[in-house]
Amino acid sequence: MPFDYSALGLRVGLEVHRQLDTSHKLFCDCPTILSTKPPTLTIERRLRPTQSELGQIDPTVLFEFRKGRTIRYEADPETTDLVELDEEPPHRLNEEAIDIALTITALFDARPMDEIHVMRKVVIDGSNTTGFQRTAIISLNGKLNVDGKEIPIQQITLEEDSGRKTGESKNSVTFRLDRLGVPLIEISTGADINNPEEAGKVAFEIGKMLRATRSVKRGLGSIRQDLNVSIKNGALIEIKGVQELELVAKVIELEVQRQTILLQIRDELRTRSLKPTDFTDSFVDLTEQLSSSQSKIIQSAVKNGEAVLGTRLAGFKGLLKRELMPGIRLGTELAKRAVFWGRVGGIFHSDELPGYGITESEVEAIYRRLECGPSDSFVLVADSKENVLDGLKAVVERAKEALTGVPEETRTANPDGTTQYMRPRPGPARMYPETDVPPVQISPERIKRIADNLPRMPEEVAKELGSKYDVGPKLASELVNSDYLGTFEHIVTSTKGVSPSFVATVLTGSLRNLEREKIPIENVTDSHLREIFNLVGEDKTAKESVIDIIKWVSSNPNAPARDALGKLNLEMLTQEQLSEIISKILESNRSLVNENRAKALGKMMNLVMAEVRGRANPKLVTELLRTRLEQLKG
Amino acid sequence: MSASGLEGYHGEILRRLKSANAEIGSIIRITTRSGEVFEGTLFPRSEYTDPNHLVLKLKNGYNIGIHYEKTEKIEVIGEGPKPHFTKPPSPQKRPGLPRVAIISTGGTIASRVDYRTGAVQPALTAADLASVVPELASIAEVETHILFSELSENVTPAQWTTLAEDVAKRIGDKVDGVVVSQGTDTMHYTSAALSFALQDLSVPVMLVGAQRSSDRPSSDAASNLNGAVALAARADLGAVGVAMHEDTSDRYIVAHRGTRVRKCHTSRRDAFKSIGSTPLARYDLQTGQIERFDDAPRRGMSRKLSVKPHFDQHAYLLKFHPGFNPEMITLAVSAGARGLILEGTGLGHVSKYCYDAVKKALKQDVPVFMTSQTIWGRVDMNVYVTGRDLLNIGVTPLEDMISETALVKLMWVLGQTRSPEKIRELMLQTVAGEITERSPIMEAA
Repeated sequence: MPFDYSALGLRVGLEVHRQLDTSHKLFCDCPTILSTKPPTLTIERRLRPTQSELGQIDPTVLFEFRKGRTIRYEADPETTDLVELDEEPPHRLNEEAIDIALTITALFDARPMDEIHVMRKVVIDGSNTTGFQRTAIISLNGKLNVDGKEIPIQQITLEEDSGRKTGESKNSVTFRLDRLGVPLIEISTGADINNPEEAGKVAFEIGKMLRATRSVKRGLGSIRQDLNVSIKNGALIEIKGVQELELVAKVIELEVQRQTILLQIRDELRTRSLKPTDFTDSFVDLTEQLSSSQSKIIQSAVKNGEAVLGTRLAGFKGLLKRELMPGIRLGTELAKRAVFWGRVGGIFHSDELPGYGITESEVEAIYRRLECGPSDSFVLVADSKENVLDGLKAVVERAKEALTGVPEETRTANPDGTTQYMRPRPGPARMYPETDVPPVQISPERIKRIADNLPRMPEEVAKELGSKYDVGPKLASELVNSDYLGTFEHIVTSTKGVSPSFVATVLTGSLRNLEREKIPIENVTDSHLREIFNLVGEDKTAKESVIDIIKWVSSNPNAPARDALGKLNLEMLTQEQLSEIISKILESNRSLVNENRAKALGKMMNLVMAEVRGRANPKLVTELLRTRLEQLKG
Repeated sequence: MSASGLEGYHGEILRRLKSANAEIGSIIRITTRSGEVFEGTLFPRSEYTDPNHLVLKLKNGYNIGIHYEKTEKIEVIGEGPKPHFTKPPSPQKRPGLPRVAIISTGGTIASRVDYRTGAVQPALTAADLASVVPELASIAEVETHILFSELSENVTPAQWTTLAEDVAKRIGDKVDGVVVSQGTDTMHYTSAALSFALQDLSVPVMLVGAQRSSDRPSSDAASNLNGAVALAARADLGAVGVAMHEDTSDRYIVAHRGTRVRKCHTSRRDAFKSIGSTPLARYDLQTGQIERFDDAPRRGMSRKLSVKPHFDQHAYLLKFHPGFNPEMITLAVSAGARGLILEGTGLGHVSKYCYDAVKKALKQDVPVFMTSQTIWGRVDMNVYVTGRDLLNIGVTPLEDMISETALVKLMWVLGQTRSPEKIRELMLQTVAGEITERSPIMEAA
């Protein structure tokens, strides 16, 4: 759907988060790596809301607490110590991370703070063992030029990354603590971006600046973009966790579409002259009526002694199946609310029934029982009575909100660019000082040292790469805009016998292709890559095998890359072995060779290579073949 | 807050804030020499940090520090909202619940944060407590009061006396159990003191504290308090215990015997460990069940409490170490020591160069006792020649009594007698499980 974004009054702000590649975490001396091994310790914790001075607790915080879920933390001694377990006070703020943040500050021409104060931002979903995230403003009021337009960089923040969610059920949620405490830089722009394409560009340019420091991490999860999107008459929607740059524009387009359609639905409801008072929490118990239903969900609820309740949605007929984004209907929005507030599996709504084992006659009976008029819809929920009531209340609340258009909420991005309800927008941040970490004064000398050592910008680096390593301009530019520039330099300066342009091609093109194939290349470390290119340089394997070895390493990250050679049969053949294979092939194709001596080399080459690809240097094969054919002639 | 209303600010910066009529909590605008403008709430400054920065809480909740030399102008542009706490209604009394008295002696077991100034305010009335730890209302009918308010390192033996008498009074009021909240650092000294001072207890007396301050969502304060109140209300115990986390999970609150417990870690939730004995009981936060482990005395409402609350603090605990100056023993005696605990090495040794000083102390009727700095295990001075020498000189070994308990006991014994023979006799007489006859097979944690 093409939109006139300026007419719609689109405003977008970005928050780009990126992990810093420091030698240790922000508040302790643990390394900033993710563990690939199983945890050695699992503990259970509860978090509870702390009260504000007004005796008020943020409803979302209270809700998290009331869910009463046990939080499990998984830890291992390699990546975690007592600080992450919240069993030891934080150490001092990591100076290396401050330096990187100050460098980024200088690149965005922002104003560094004279003194950095670490704050505790209350978050009790369990992702932080403390119940808060430690965060500090490093600088304010920067700017970024994108295609001649100045985008304000409002704030640059240094904060600790949260634990990694590894499991979730109704009663518990599990986090791995390896990621907790990894330094994150957060770049927040003003809401001055006015179209999706521009947002993508801004995100790209911010990424480029961050990469220029050569001190940021790469790979899945190391970068996360949050978007704040609003249109005129719509609402400010916070979208969390857009992991891929390519998705930024699409997510915004789809959000504009969603808000536009929600506004159309609002207008339609108004023409049906519906009022908020038409929606009440009157729920009807349908358990008995549906006790012999063929629906599996209803059957299992009945069997477990749970309940099936329904409610009428006045005037909603046909609207619940209205698609807001691909695969996301208004009914989906209602369902997500029920799932969140009612802890239920989902809802049935009349726009999708009969179906899911619920028959036409059952639907008719429900319409009658709920006293639905011809323009009304209904929603059914099956679960424990308490959950059903909470779920249906949330459904009615969301239906009511449709009368005013777009409800403010926090949504989470799906991999296809659509989004789904995550939670209500949090109230104003509850922050108080982290008294265990003293403030850090930033001296003018430090600012000067940073300014005197600013990294070079990508264009300049690309030019130099071209002349220094004989890499073409296109490849050089891809390399500097990838996360692998440092890796490249390290490999080409320490490995003999591989050409820089081959290394660059693998690091940019091949790795990206593997990522698209969903190969977990985030498991492939720099030292893996160095080892792989070394194997090629030392003729232990062929260039052609590199991709297969990388794939193998990505699923066997704890083994050395050389193990792949044996496992995948990619070891180089000795000259004797190769000669033997050549002899055999020539023997069994004797007639072919005799038939056309002139073309024999090419044909035999193909046959031999088919057998030895990845295990022999093609040059050597040609050489050996030629000699043998000469001998045969004679 | 200081009289000036500008807590923590000094010198030039204080002068400028005063002339702008700014106070902590004022909304101020700062214009820097380079023309930047910052607006936010003036925040108090920690006493010991550098005096050149003023701290502003921005609208988005973040604090920043601005160097005063960079400020051109400071104006007050508004007053921040004054914090006020709407007290939640007192919890409905549920008839039939056990009654538990909570006595606070300091250390904030429950508190609220003022996000505007970062100040942490203790919540101490029953209503406050119920609002911060609402689960309590379903465990017991609690009555709270503040006896004194001290950091645990400032608690004195005289305050143990006050506390013991106060606990006795609550028990006299027929409560079903008593909970004493205290800072954790010296909690095991207090628990030993109460164990000796309150004999023939009819109900449990639980000491409780927190290793993570109660202003953070992950604090162990609420779960420890829940456990302590539940144990005080329902455990079948007539003994003093320390109720804290069993391990790093928020699952079990374990009650350690008051005389067999020691703080063994600076910061972990499970810092308190029973030394060479099993804990008294354990409370399961998830199921609410209580399990008894020990042959500790059971509840007995008919039992007559015997209160012996006096402590004489002229007792010293001296830790022997390589290079130890025996003059320390002599100095302790001349400083008024009426009894000494030597915390020796291994099975109970101090170097032979200390013999003369020990002899001198004994000669002046200052009894000398031996415990071990190994923490776990029993002293035995018959194994090595040094031990035998010390025994021969007149040092009294204290079996497997832990050093801190031995010190408290010595103060308590001195509160009753000055006779060296009587002191020795009482020190070796088990009063509250401080000496165990059998050494259980268990891991030294």
